[in-house]
Amino acid sequence: MTRSATNGQRPPVGDWATDWDHLDPRWRNDPYPIWDELRSRCPIAHTRRFMGAYLPTRYEDVRAIAYDTERFSSRRVIVRDYRLDPPPSTPPITTDPPEHKALKQILLPLFVPDEIAKIEPQTRRLCNELIDKFMSEGRCDAAQQYSRNVPVRVIATMLGVPEDDGDLFIRWIHEILEVGIRNEQMMRDGMAAMNRYLAAEIEKRKDAPRDDLITKVVSGKINGERLTDELALGMLRLLLAAGIDTTWSAIGAALWHLARVPQDARRLVAEPELMSTAIEEFLRAYAPVTMAREVVKCAEINGHPIEAGNMVLLAFPAANRDPAMFPDADRVIIDRKENRHAAFGLGIHRCIGSNLARMELTVAVQEWLKRIPDFCLDPARPVTWSEGTVRGPRSVPILFGKTAC
Amino acid sequence: MSSMKVHVDPDKCQGHNRCKALASELFELDGYGNAKEVGDGSVPAALEEKVELARANCPEWAIVIVEE
Repeated sequence: MTRSATNGQRPPVGDWATDWDHLDPRWRNDPYPIWDELRSRCPIAHTRRFMGAYLPTRYEDVRAIAYDTERFSSRRVIVRDYRLDPPPSTPPITTDPPEHKALKQILLPLFVPDEIAKIEPQTRRLCNELIDKFMSEGRCDAAQQYSRNVPVRVIATMLGVPEDDGDLFIRWIHEILEVGIRNEQMMRDGMAAMNRYLAAEIEKRKDAPRDDLITKVVSGKINGERLTDELALGMLRLLLAAGIDTTWSAIGAALWHLARVPQDARRLVAEPELMSTAIEEFLRAYAPVTMAREVVKCAEINGHPIEAGNMVLLAFPAANRDPAMFPDADRVIIDRKENRHAAFGLGIHRCIGSNLARMELTVAVQEWLKRIPDFCLDPARPVTWSEGTVRGPRSVPILFGKTAC
Repeated sequence: MSSMKVHVDPDKCQGHNRCKALASELFELDGYGNAKEVGDGSVPAALEEKVELARANCPEWAIVIVEE
């Protein structure tokens, strides 16, 4: 059953404090001034869109909500125009305590630093193969020809499915998490296609186990009991969907920054030991992911009443720009020493793939700078951004070499 | 002379692994990626700067430094 509140044309936002909408083109193009204004004027905004939803913009409030799993449930993690009952399940991100921990513990060992280190050499090779394809042209779209292709191919290899299926995955994610925020049919179609694909892969592993993530999830156990097919399918939906447009966005935003601020690119080439703090700073300043919670019990956050039945857009990217937490929050400081950013979430739902994402982002920036140390945005072509849950550049036209500015 | 000890609060650690990345000599991970201090948590003088960096980059405020 589906309840639907909004239909047809989307009215432009009037007052962001009482009518916010993360699908508004102003948010898509530059959300930071919106969050800054709200933080000083109305730090927990509300909207009647999305059947009712709050928007906390202070780090402290985002953190308090992320930690309060009793009042703020993860059963819904995407703010949509409509609400599906039951909501789509991608455990453990859509699971609350006490069930959450055992499910997360099935996946955690697969993403610890030692496991991720094993796939670093192939990621480095992949980055260089991608650069080879456009190196002689002196120009490229860093979002489409580079960033987009790193995480999708890496996760395909980890899952044990053909790398060439990556285009399918990107289409489903676009349908489910982007267009699907307002278009229920598109969301259902994308989800159904993903389910058919994964169910077929699960069946193949049952007959012949392989050394891949799908096999490991399918053979996962809780208290000695095999996971049900439904649970395994849900977890694989998460592994397929969570690590693609997110890391694509992070890599794209880092390169977009370096193209606009060449002194940072030059400094990273001259002082490669700064790479680790620079990567954390890119993650802070350009965090791509917002998740959501459903208010299941009335609450109070910093004196602000929160009514049950609403959603909360947990804007980690807004928290990361809070000047109360980060001095000079709107400045990108690649040697920032203290950086407790929330790009991978806070509390029990910390992103399982954070080590993988960091490795991919680091390797992608390192290999790019080795091959293309001097580059700039192509002033003749626009930078475009994705919409909705995951925000990142979808086109970053770059000039380098002979054509460079 | 004062000595420094570091401790990871296991109830707060969520396995972000920032401490391990920044001060690998002082932290170790279990099979789930959760961190704890190596040995009794003693911080040699040469690593005091590193341990401070680890503390300042823990998103869960799970790292406690005690000067004895």
